[in-house]
Amino acid sequence: MSIEKLVVVEGVAAPLALANVDTDMIIRIERLAKLPRADLGRYAFEPLRYRADGSEDPAFVLNRQPFRDARILVAGANFGCGSSREMAVWAIAGLGIRVIVAPSFGEIFFANCFQNGVLPVVLPAPTVARIASRLEAEPAAAHMTVDLERCEICTDWGETLAFAVESLRRRMLLEGADELELTLAREPEIAAFQARDRERRPWVYGNG
Amino acid sequence: MTGRTLFDKLWDDHVVADLGDGVALLHVDRHLLHDLGSSSAFHDLERRGLVLRNPELHFATADHVVSSATGRTGGVADWADRHIAGLREGCRRWGVRLADVTDATQGIVHVVAPELGISQPGMLVVCGDSHASTNGALGALAWGIGTSELVHVMATQTVLARRPQRMRITFDGRLSRGVEPKDLALALIGRIGAAGGRGYAVEYAGEAVRAMSMDGRMTLCNLTIELGGRIGLVGPDDATFGYLEGRPFAPRGAHWERALDAWRALPTDADAVFDHEVAFDAGAVTPQITWGTSPAHTIGLGERIPDPAACADPSERQAMTAALDYMGLAPGRPVAGTRIDRVFIGSCTNSRLSDLERAAAVVRGRRVAPGVVAWVVPGSQLVKRAAEARGLDRAFREAGFEWREPGCSLCVGANGDMVAPGERCVSTSNRNFVGRQGPGARTHLASPAVAAACALAGEIIGALPETAA
Ligand code: SF4
Repeated sequence: MSIEKLVVVEGVAAPLALANVDTDMIIRIERLAKLPRADLGRYAFEPLRYRADGSEDPAFVLNRQPFRDARILVAGANFGCGSSREMAVWAIAGLGIRVIVAPSFGEIFFANCFQNGVLPVVLPAPTVARIASRLEAEPAAAHMTVDLERCEICTDWGETLAFAVESLRRRMLLEGADELELTLAREPEIAAFQARDRERRPWVYGNG
Repeated sequence: MTGRTLFDKLWDDHVVADLGDGVALLHVDRHLLHDLGSSSAFHDLERRGLVLRNPELHFATADHVVSSATGRTGGVADWADRHIAGLREGCRRWGVRLADVTDATQGIVHVVAPELGISQPGMLVVCGDSHASTNGALGALAWGIGTSELVHVMATQTVLARRPQRMRITFDGRLSRGVEPKDLALALIGRIGAAGGRGYAVEYAGEAVRAMSMDGRMTLCNLTIELGGRIGLVGPDDATFGYLEGRPFAPRGAHWERALDAWRALPTDADAVFDHEVAFDAGAVTPQITWGTSPAHTIGLGERIPDPAACADPSERQAMTAALDYMGLAPGRPVAGTRIDRVFIGSCTNSRLSDLERAAAVVRGRRVAPGVVAWVVPGSQLVKRAAEARGLDRAFREAGFEWREPGCSLCVGANGDMVAPGERCVSTSNRNFVGRQGPGARTHLASPAVAAACALAGEIIGALPETAA
């Protein structure tokens, strides 16, 4: 078992400069409750993407060319705030997006990204705002390369932006490694912890 | 050596392995399961050929997708019943305790875990729902996790975590009459923002918190996630211990005495240092109502809806404009007098006995305004029965409220309960996000007393009536 590796992602970058895009906006609860993972991409950003009659809203960025095929999303502050639903990441990944750049993220969403081979990149708010407006103004240049090996983003207009990722998470994405596999190898440490802990806090393990 | 905060003690007590860079493998004392997501986690566990390591440390209940209709036996549709069946099957297979749909202890996971004494001070508690922070009111380290992490916890009884920074929010003064912990939390989020707590484990302290009931502390910790923080905490004290003693899963006998000794050592040391401190005047808070689509979009009942034009940050301004458009509201106008269609009193934020008591005090002997559909959905079967024993159900019913079966109901719109497109609902839940209560639904968050008073008025009120104060 492993996740999809992420080393270099090249492709169209789409601007979605809205603050506090929450997990309910990313995927509605009814959709995630009813549909298998593979079908969630169609419903990502549903309230933004479709009008009340079910037709696409042409004003929404991911309904416009060239952004329909975006692999990178340049988003607003506190992106993915709200619930713990991992399906929010599944839905975005289902659109083909592998990298999300934002000034900040909802914490659980941020963690869930790494579990699913999606890279969340934090850059300063003014930088993100500047990139987003440039993408909006010059869709023809809305192409980027995100290199996780070098921790760099290169834009079509020749700008290079460095970013930081926690080392363990970076390694796991690069290798496509799975957290659970790594922890399973630590079973002796877990057993030793519990043996000590049962002495110290017996009530945690039952009222025996 | 300088002292440690409550958070530091909780964290240090659970480290199985330090992985460097602030990352640690932590022992999970309680995993709380519910009916949305557990079924797929059980499925993944099986697919990978793994074993649920410590079934005695896992507790499940059905809440998210169960119907809240009287006489319900499951969900309102096949897809909901499949989630419940998956939970049931996984719990049976691995020997996990399940409070099933018709069980006497069924209810919303974050209501049930404290009231049964399943979550306790000093424990590390995780749940596949972000409002797990509620359990922090007992002095437990609790947070919400995603599906992949659920499988990780099932198989290893551990979770991989990054040590957050520590923030203390000290509330000075006491809440005024009629002002509830919900108002305090909304006012706080309004001031420091929906991301103000991001990256922090937040400890709530000060006179207002000490004076607060356990139910109130749970409301406060519950809303920490709307502040952007995953973890909310209150130092355990005599109120905590008094609350827990005698609950079905609380320690007993010699265990109780030992546990008490350990719990008394948990509160933050006097000389401990936080990474960030916030002082907040609780005495100045007034009853709140949200006007937009983020919990930070909050104002006092008597105030005017803010104007996005006055907001300096462009992306914030865009979000405010979009929110007003979605909510069908105009800037600069008083929020009071806005007509409403629905009222929902429920959710893990405000569905405990004392919440219902405050709402019942407002409605007793009065009538819900014509055209308003008003619901009370108790947080658990135990809450429901205790409320019925006090006659609260009668007060609500006689006023024209529906008295329904415990579950998440209208907090989440995943169980058949929905607010119709364009309808306006005053709700005691925790999220006013776009579409949270159903596509196109307009949600105004408020306390139980405010929600009850709005139901009677048929509109958003400008001030609480005397009965609530
Ligand atoms: S009541 Fe709402 S917030 Fe609470 S557990 Fe249920 S869905 Fe989550």
